[in-house]
Amino acid sequence: MKIRKSKATAGDKVELQMTPMIDVVFQLLTFFIMSFKIVTEEGDFNVKMPISAPREGLPDESLPPMKIRLRADGSGNLTSIALNDNSFGTSFASLRDYIIGVIGDDRGPGSLQETAEVELDCDYNLKYDNVVQAITSVSGYKQGDQIVKLVEKIKFSPPRKVGESG
Amino acid sequence: MKIKSRDNSTAEGDMTPMIDMTFQLIAFLMVMVNFSQVDQNAAVQLPKSELARPADKPLEEPITLHILKSGEVILGGQTVYIEGLKALLGREAESLHAKGKSEQAATIIIRAHKDCPTGKVQEVIKACQETRFDRFALRAQEEL
Repeated sequence: MKIRKSKATAGDKVELQMTPMIDVVFQLLTFFIMSFKIVTEEGDFNVKMPISAPREGLPDESLPPMKIRLRADGSGNLTSIALNDNSFGTSFASLRDYIIGVIGDDRGPGSLQETAEVELDCDYNLKYDNVVQAITSVSGYKQGDQIVKLVEKIKFSPPRKVGESG
Repeated sequence: MKIKSRDNSTAEGDMTPMIDMTFQLIAFLMVMVNFSQVDQNAAVQLPKSELARPADKPLEEPITLHILKSGEVILGGQTVYIEGLKALLGREAESLHAKGKSEQAATIIIRAHKDCPTGKVQEVIKACQETRFDRFALRAQEEL
């Protein structure tokens, strides 16, 4: 049987049509560039707050209740931070140092860090940003890339009325 | 004078490096693109916190509440004042019951604007508590 020699293999160069592919590729590129948005990561502070929170277990006698009072001026800016009878001005760093002093370095089951509870009592019009700063200060701090945890149990006092102080 | 005959062959540029680059760009953008706008709202500027880290695993039954600077609450695309929030939360509770779950299984994600009055956030939390939700996640933006 005679085998025919194909015309394509006779040294002719087969040229692909690149234009449609490049068209589609550029359309894809445009779509992704238009829909691209740099989103910063978000994280959560988990809080468990039943309506009438009964204390789980017996209260820890070795640790006084920690109530943080955040006061605000008329425009919602922070004016003072106080923990029980200790005032820290408007410095969250001082609050954190005090909490570290109370909690100590002990971590793990049964430690003060595990049982400690902080209650936040804030003025009605206080800007929420300050509350998150307070929660950040009491819940831990960064040491290099590691997060050292402090108080994990955080709750809110009942909401104050507009203009109520004390 | 002798006139040279014009060469009919067309000059072709090498397309390969351009196509390589374009595909690499597309691959990069495809990986980085984030379409999930469900739990985000451009009107809410979150407070920043150095301890805010994304959760290791997705929350079970999350319900996201966006609290605007004015104190209005957005839930599932509906904007309501705190007085109208309980009705919407009631609907969320019903859908949980239909799945055989209780309100305690859900986590309320609170995305409040950084300048929103704290009292408004507390009122939202109270409304949630009154509809028997008790697990909350206060969302903050990671501070770089």
